[in-house]
This record gives sequence, structure tokens and C-alpha cells, in this order.
Amino acid sequence: MKKPKLPGVIGGLGITFKTMLKPAVTVQYPHEREDPPTRARGVIALKEENCTVCMLCGRSCPDWCIYIEGHKEKRPPRREGGRDRTVSVLDRFDIDYALCMYCGICVEVCPFDALFWSPDYEYSESNIAKLLHDKRKLGEWMEGVPEPEPLEIGAEVKK
Amino acid sequence: MSTTNPPLPGFDVDPRAFRHLADAQVGVELDTGDMILNLGPQHPATHGTLRLVVRLDGERVIAADPVIGYMHRGYEKLAEFRTYPQITTLINRIDWLSSFANEVPFIDAAEQLMDVKAPPRAQYIRTILTELSRIATFVLFLGEMGLQVGALTPAFYGFRDREHILNLIEAATGGRFHPNFNRIGGLKDDLPWGWINETRTAMKTIFDACDVFEDLVAGNEIFEARTRSIGIIPPELGAAYGVSGSNLRASGVDWDLRRDAKPYLVYPELDFKVWTHPDGDSFARYWVRLQETRESARMVLQMLDQMPAGPIMAKVPRIIKVPEGEAWVETENPLGQMGYYVISKGATGPFRVKIRSASFSNVSILPWLLRGVFVPDVITILASLYFILGDIDR
Amino acid sequence: MMGSLSLALEIGWGTTLAIKTIFILMIVPLTALILGYVFLLKMMSHMQSRLGPMDPGGFHGWFQLVGDGIKFIQKEDIIPGEADRRVFAIAPAIVVISTFLVFLVIPAGPDIVVKDLNVGVFYALAVSSLSVIGVLMAGWASANKFSLLGALRAAAQLIAYELPLLLAVVGVVIQCGTMSLQGIVAFQSTGSIFGWSGIGFPLILTQFIGFTLFLIASQAELTQTPFDMPVAESELVAGYMVEYTGFRFLFFFIGEFGTAFAFSAIAATLYLGGWALPASWGISLGVMRFLGPLVLFAKIMAVSFLMFWVRFTYPRLREDQLQALAWKFLIPIALVNILLTGVFKVAF
Repeated sequence: MKKPKLPGVIGGLGITFKTMLKPAVTVQYPHEREDPPTRARGVIALKEENCTVCMLCGRSCPDWCIYIEGHKEKRPPRREGGRDRTVSVLDRFDIDYALCMYCGICVEVCPFDALFWSPDYEYSESNIAKLLHDKRKLGEWMEGVPEPEPLEIGAEVKK
Repeated sequence: MSTTNPPLPGFDVDPRAFRHLADAQVGVELDTGDMILNLGPQHPATHGTLRLVVRLDGERVIAADPVIGYMHRGYEKLAEFRTYPQITTLINRIDWLSSFANEVPFIDAAEQLMDVKAPPRAQYIRTILTELSRIATFVLFLGEMGLQVGALTPAFYGFRDREHILNLIEAATGGRFHPNFNRIGGLKDDLPWGWINETRTAMKTIFDACDVFEDLVAGNEIFEARTRSIGIIPPELGAAYGVSGSNLRASGVDWDLRRDAKPYLVYPELDFKVWTHPDGDSFARYWVRLQETRESARMVLQMLDQMPAGPIMAKVPRIIKVPEGEAWVETENPLGQMGYYVISKGATGPFRVKIRSASFSNVSILPWLLRGVFVPDVITILASLYFILGDIDR
Repeated sequence: MMGSLSLALEIGWGTTLAIKTIFILMIVPLTALILGYVFLLKMMSHMQSRLGPMDPGGFHGWFQLVGDGIKFIQKEDIIPGEADRRVFAIAPAIVVISTFLVFLVIPAGPDIVVKDLNVGVFYALAVSSLSVIGVLMAGWASANKFSLLGALRAAAQLIAYELPLLLAVVGVVIQCGTMSLQGIVAFQSTGSIFGWSGIGFPLILTQFIGFTLFLIASQAELTQTPFDMPVAESELVAGYMVEYTGFRFLFFFIGEFGTAFAFSAIAATLYLGGWALPASWGISLGVMRFLGPLVLFAKIMAVSFLMFWVRFTYPRLREDQLQALAWKFLIPIALVNILLTGVFKVAF
């Protein structure tokens, strides 16, 4: 056992002492909240009027956690003298958050911009079956969807 | 295990002789010469569900056998039935600490097969995020190796300083641990406003954090007494076992895939030093990772200065069908050398993906390395090799 | 001895005994609580850039340890099937009893001491080493091979570090000429440095080597980092306390922190002057009866701060390195310290 050189062990003491004097970095969660960044993948929100039941999101989910059911309805034509339109109506759009990996493929793949990310994360349940959220709840989460933020310098401006 | 068994009828050779040490019953007889200790799947020292069955003679280890597979999630099988974007999501979770670095070689392989090159800005951002995940992994290592050796505080500093990096990754990609940001042909999104300045500030914090770790842990005589000359990996043996990354560089082998192998991402355009240490013991592994953290921070600052403007996604069709072919890409991940061998038969998903993970080979040296060491040193060696169970078991 | 309780009452011998017993029984868990809260929960947290418990009790979580104590008491009392039941039950009691016994001689004021023995220092150190037996009993009675190994290691460590502890204190005894703790306090309070009695003569000035040795050795006696291999074997195997749950574990916990308090008190008394302020400040005895405990408490907090500061900063030594440190390094230094003290005592 070699004779210890003083500086090493003493230096370590100095660091912990200095850290003790600085304020703590933790956020006292129930009383204070830290806001996640705009792009944070908290929960998926559904804008029902944009959805055309194309099922692309359900097919591209790696876990197949999106359950979609819809039916076709006939609507009166937009202009007089035209044919009846067929419209897809969404019956059921459930996302099982117990399976969801929060990967975002569904949001990205939707051609009609019906799915959005919202940074909300406080939706835990006491029962795993309650994590299957229907389109009503998904629609409520639309309120939390933030505006897309501006991009960094040098980014290509998309039209 | 050391009792003699009567031969079984009908067998020439007793099949029980080939039983793996891992099947040994861990008994509590008070009179055995050798004791079998089960560092079981649940253990604070093994970074996950690694089971290490060691046979002890008092304090010294006679034989050690790692038993892996408790965390096998079947990635290669899952990949057979999923498309490329879906697999990108899954492979984030192989080495969950440096998750961005797992995506890069896979996407690189797919892009090679499609003969598509991501635009320069996307390559720069990919490299920056890879280096950021390297810094995040290593800062955690610097802290938690102190914890395994007994000091409580460095672990907290490791987590605290890693938060800066995770916040950066979350601001850019939306996920702290699982970015899922790479796409074939580029990236999903560009960076948000102000990200470059935040990254510069964070790198300054990382330099300060490295100084703290150097003073608090690496400079501590007790830490040196616990780690010097412990677990020396001879360079040729390490290379023969497939040990890679910082573990091999700490034995003096000057081999870094970012500089030496087929060029990938923007590493050819960067000016960086590859750190080695001649000793090969646990202290060397700690020291090498400390220096590499600083080097990665310097590389990130270089890249922020050099980053070009432009698009981040090349022209790829909507539904991506990768043409037939095979591609092998290996990269320098934080844990070591990681490679993907992708066989495509022209569908939207690969036919077969073979994943060569770094920790699997790093852990294979444990039976050789742990002979004759003391029991507390087993913990030090496991901590210094720095494997992640998801990486071993995939 | 306790006749003057400054209440001018005639108190009989039996009542005095009862009061002292109850006092000591209450003090030890309370000290464990205070040390545990201030240093383990709060100081460690701030050193780690976090806040520690904040909610229990409303004000900075002061109720946390009390709540933990209640939790331990209401747990199921599990004794391993093959354990030696009586030894298993007695072992934590012995560890705690040795803590209680040390508190008997620590003076907190001019006559606030349970019994000021002539051999106070000798008694305190002798009695504190009773806990080694408790540790061995705990390890043996647990019917767990790993627990036994942990206990053997712990016992080896504790015995090895008794020697630097004692030898460091011998220097103090040589200088003061008495082993009674009140006598040592009086010596420091009324002493003078080269004729200047502004701060009395705290023995830390001449016995700084002894003070350092005492702190290192008491760190090892308490199995705190960097000497906590027996206990943090819970990385690898569990230590000697593994089979203990509930209130038996609470005894070990109280024993550890109570002994930390006791050792800090002894260090404060031997080296820093104990409850006394320098006599040259002219504070009357009556005031010191109230001020003494506070002064002692402040000094104890200062010494404990050093001990816990080291505990939270350093990694732990391996068992063989620990033994080498004690036998090859600390004991020779302690012997040299005694030699120098003796020489200087005779010379000056």
C-alpha cells in the first residue's frame, strides 16, 4: 500500500464540498413541473375531421397498437346534378398506449395530417386496460399540441 | 459439482461431464472446498440481467461463467417481419444508452443497398447526434464506475451531467432515450431554432464535468488502488476474443473504426485524436473513456462550426422498397464495434438482419479475465468493461 | 455524584439512577436520528446536487427517519429457519448496548455526566469494542454462509482498527496525565499555549496526528466508506446484516449512527475541548450548565461533518488493502506519535 499523495484525496473532498454549497439541480415534481421541449413525444392526438380511414397508420405501427374501424357512407353531392359521394366515416380509433412504443411512425406516415404529437405525459392509469384510449380522448389531447417551432439556421425552407 | 458420479448405463462418456457450470445448484453446505457464487440475474453490479456463476476458493475466483440470454428479445427474428422504419424504431433499444448510435449502421446499410446518399447536412447532424450519444454513455460510465467501486457521489454527477445531453437530443428528436430520428435517405426533421447555441453551452458543461470526474474519481488514490493492475487484458488476446472499442484501446491497440475502417458519416472530414493507454487494466479503461469524452466534445464543437446548410432528406420514394443485395456496415459505437449485416430481397423490409453487438464479444473474455482475481475485483472488472445487457442479448 | 442537579432538591439515589437511565435510553436513538437526518439525508443529498426528502413532515422532510423507524417496527419479524434463534435475537441488542454504554462517560457540562469514571477514556474504548461480538454473533446466527464470511471480515477489520484508535488516544492521555474525560476537558479549558490562554489549549494543536488517526480509525470502526467492505458487500454478497429485517435491523441502524455520535463526542472531548469554553473567557459554571451541551453538540456536528464528508466522497478499499493500511501504516504512525508526545511532554 503506497503512501497516499495528499492532493488527490483532498481534491475530491473539495469537489463534494463545493457541490454541497451550490443549489440542487432537481425539480420537485409534484409541486414544480418541468416543461418538455416542443417536439417531445408525449402522447398522440387525433384530429378526427382530417382522418379518411386510410389505415396507413395502423399498418405502419411496429406494434400494431392502433385499432381502426370505419365504414363508408353516401353523402349528397357537392354540386347539383352530380353523383353521390362516398365518404369514409371513422367508427373506432383506439390506440393502446400499453403497446405503443412512441416511435412516431404513425404521425409521420399519415398523409392527411390527422395525428399529432403532444408533450403531455401525465396520463398514467392504475389499470393497464385503461390505457386503451379512444378517439374522444385522443381528440381532447389536440388542445395540447404545440405550434411547430422554427427551424435552425441553415435548414432548407419547405413550402 | 466436484463429487464423482457413477457412470450412466448406455453412455460411453458421462454426459453430465459436459454440463455447463451455470447449471450448478448453489448450495449452502458449510464444508465444500470450493464455493459456487451466483451473481444472479438481479444484481446491482451487473448492469442488467447478466448472470455470472463463479467458483470461489475462499476469496479467489477459480472459474467464472457468464450466463446470458435473460434479456433476449429476438431482434433478428423481429426484423424479418417489419419494414425498415419499423426496424429503426426497434433497434434504438439494443444499446439503450447510446440509442442513436444503434440506428446509424443499419440505415447506412440500407442506404448502401438503395444506392442513396444522405445530403451533407444530414450526415453532419447524424454525426453530431452520434457523438452526443457517445458523450452521454461515457459520462454515465464515469459516474457509475465510481459507484461500483464504492463512491456514492460520482454516480449522481454522472446522471446530472448527462441530462444536458438528453435535453439536447429531446429538443431535436422528441425522445430522450430513443430518438428514432434516422430515415433512409436522411433524417426526419431539421434541428429546432437555437439548438446549436444550446449544444455549445452543453459542451462546456461536459468539459467541466470531465474535469470533476478526473479530480474526484481518477485522481483519487483509493480508486487507483482499486483499479490499477486489475483485469489486465493483453492486446492480442483481447483482439482474439473480439473485445473492441475503448476496452481494446486501453490495452494499447490503436484501432478506431471512425478513422481506420471504411469511411462513414463525416469522420473523414474531422480532425480528432484516438486515445490509447498502454496498461490495459481497469484504470486504463476509465482513463481512455474520460479522454474520449473530451475528444467527442471537441468533435461536436468542430462539427457545429463546419455544418453546411441544405436539405436533410434525399429524394426517396414514398414506399421504400430496397433492392436485392447484401450489405455489411460496422461502426464505432460507444460500447465498441457494432455491425449490421442486412440481406434484402427487394421487399419493404429486410430478409434477414444479423446484428454484431459489441458487448457480446466484450463479455466473452470474462471467463479468462476473472481467473484468480479477488471477489471485489470482479465487480471492478465488470464495471470497467462497461457492457449493456440489451447489447449482449439483443 | 449527581447530587447537584441545580434544582436544589434532595434527590435520592434511586431516582437519580432512574432519571439517568431514561435519559440515556432516549438520547441514543435521538442522536442517531439527528445524525442520520442531517448528514445522511441532507448533507449527502446536497453533495449530490439534490435535495433529499422534502415532503415528510412538511418542513424539509424532518419526519422521514421517524417514519422509517415506525415502518421498521411494524414489519414482520422474520428469523431464518435454520438460524440460532436466541443468538440471532441477542446480536443486535449487544451492538446497541455497547453504544449505550459509551454514552455513560461523555460529559456534557460541568456536572452533566452520568458517571465520570477515573478511567473514562479506557472504559469508553473498551466498551465500544463490544460491538465486534455482536457482529460475529449476527453473522454466525444467520445460518447463511455469505453472512458468516461478511461477519468474519467485519470482525477482522474492527479488531485491526482498534489499535490505531487506542494508540492515538494514548497520546492525549500522556499529555493530560489523566484518563478521566472531565479531567481532560478541564485540562484543555484551563490550559494555555506558551502562556497565552486566549483559547485554552485544545489538544488538537499538538495531537493533530492523533486526531487524524482517531478519525480514520473511527471511520473504520463504524464500517463507513472507505472502509465499508463488510457492509457494501451487498454489491456482491450481502453483509452480516442480511437476514435482519424490521426492528432488529433498526437496532443495527441505531447502533451505527449512535456510535458515530459517540465517537464524534469522544473526539470532540479529547481533541477539541468538549463542552468547555476556555476558562479565560470567564463564563460562570452556572451558565456553562446550559451552554455546555450546546457547545458539545456544535463540536460533535463539526467532527461528524468531517466523518460523513469523507464517507460520501471516497470509494471503498478492498479488504486486504484496508488491513495493510491499518497494520503497516497507521499503527507505526501511532507509535511514533506516542513516542514524540512522551518526549515533548518530558522536555517541555
